[in-house]
Amino acid sequence: MTTNLAPSTTRSAVVATGLRKSFGDHLVLGGIDLNVAEGTVFALLGPNGSGKTTTVRILSTLLPADAGTVRVAGHDLRTQAQLVRAAIGVTGQFSAVDNLLTGRQNLLLMADLHHLDRAEGQRRAAGLIERFDLSDAAGKMAATYSGGMRRRLDLAMTLVGDPRIIFLDEPTTGLDPRGRRTMWQIIRDLVDRGVTIFLTTQDLAEADRLADRIGLLEQGKIVAEGTADELKHRIPGGHIRLQFADVAGLDSAARYLGNGSSDEDALALQIPYDGSVRSLRALLSRLDDQAIPVGGLSVHTPDLDDVFFALTGHSHTEKDTPR
Amino acid sequence: MSSVSLAVRDSATMLRRDVRHSLQAPALTISGMCVPIIFLLLFAGVFGHALSKGLGASAGTRYIDFLAPGILVMTAGFSAEGTAINVCTDMTEGIITRFRTMAISRSSVLTGQVAGSLIRTMITVVVVVGVALLLGFRPTAGPVEWIAAAGMFALLALALTWMTVAFGLLAKNPAGANSLALIPAILPFVSSAFIPTATMTGAVRWFAENEPFTPIIDTLRGLLTGTGIGNSAVVAIAWCAGLILASYFWARALYNRQPAA
Repeated sequence: MTTNLAPSTTRSAVVATGLRKSFGDHLVLGGIDLNVAEGTVFALLGPNGSGKTTTVRILSTLLPADAGTVRVAGHDLRTQAQLVRAAIGVTGQFSAVDNLLTGRQNLLLMADLHHLDRAEGQRRAAGLIERFDLSDAAGKMAATYSGGMRRRLDLAMTLVGDPRIIFLDEPTTGLDPRGRRTMWQIIRDLVDRGVTIFLTTQDLAEADRLADRIGLLEQGKIVAEGTADELKHRIPGGHIRLQFADVAGLDSAARYLGNGSSDEDALALQIPYDGSVRSLRALLSRLDDQAIPVGGLSVHTPDLDDVFFALTGHSHTEKDTPR
Repeated sequence: MSSVSLAVRDSATMLRRDVRHSLQAPALTISGMCVPIIFLLLFAGVFGHALSKGLGASAGTRYIDFLAPGILVMTAGFSAEGTAINVCTDMTEGIITRFRTMAISRSSVLTGQVAGSLIRTMITVVVVVGVALLLGFRPTAGPVEWIAAAGMFALLALALTWMTVAFGLLAKNPAGANSLALIPAILPFVSSAFIPTATMTGAVRWFAENEPFTPIIDTLRGLLTGTGIGNSAVVAIAWCAGLILASYFWARALYNRQPAA
């Protein structure tokens, strides 16, 4: 790797300003701004139909934007599309492998199209087959691959050209839990190598686990942007859950504390909590003072589901509209 | 590397891909080979006796000698049908989207497909010529005429391939591509392929005399069996060159058109 490719947190891999796109009368992107630092993972999080795929298609030169400026890897998307293409790798939602070629032939095809010499192409193909656990399937037609293998081959093909920026459109959609974990590990490994990742997901937990920064996309607008912690801090939603042995205990605690919401079936009391040690200690000593027996206690910090709900007014699963 | 040598290199890569596909799934190539052979057998064996009575001025010519050049031209049409299906199927595959995000010569995808189809068509026509010879086709052509005939055929195949590549890009699904590609496969029926146009009447005759396949067939027939060519060669080359240019730009425009979301 040459020195100018060294990871640097100050440089931007993707900068978009005022990105707009409509299909006919249907506004898909209503002017979004993005800034992804080199060597980081950015997750565009949103429900189906929010404009995630359109954003990736525009940033990866597949679709022209109606308005806005974009620089990818320092190149202008409109005037230097070939330079952008040379710097990026794209793995879309729909498998982009050649079904009539074997896994190895698919990788060698990519090597040829990146103008690598034969030996280097063979070397990279062999390395990727090994790394992506495709050794048994490398000689088989891609048409016979399972969903997880196909996704791995797809990403392996994207990596043949050693791209500095990788776009992953819903990389784990449709994968089983094991395939998902494998994909997460692959993404983390890529970041360790200094690659910038721009991914889209509908899965809050996935964004939380993988991304340095998250953009919440809702109906073509970025409604919130920041680290997972920043987003969580923007909303209330933390609470302490107290568990009681009987209704009498629950009722006396609820009466005494006054600010909880009780669940008689579960014998539990939920109390708003700001996350500090001081207020936790205060709560416990108040319960001690009154000698109210508490069976159990759990602390709940807000997760991205809470963020999504607080910022968009509905949980992300409700908006699962078919396309 | 210059952009021209990159384009050549990418096109060669795409050609290798296309050849691999043909070897992997040879059904279309083989059916493209069978259809003209069936026509050859059908027209030479079943209808030949009756049709040879209509040869009129060309009486004395054996029907297989009259028929074979026409069937060779139809071979190009049937092969092209397979090209339209291939291209249309390919375009629905995600791999094409991947190619669009890569820094490769944009036209190389189409160039590779056209070159691959051309190779398939040339192999097919050699087989069909072999079958015609077995059935008694006795061309009088010398080496120069054979080369000229091969050139004429290649030009026609190139024109029909670019045209059907455009059909393949235009059609929404392989079935639609197939029906569009029937046009070049059916046009030779109303031409000088099976009987001389002089034996036809009215609008059919006017159409047969003025459609592109008649001068192409007459040129090939003249080169292979020594019948008169007249200005057919010039008209045939003009038709082919015009079709190649028009189809090439049409196919390119269709390929570059923005994919719908």
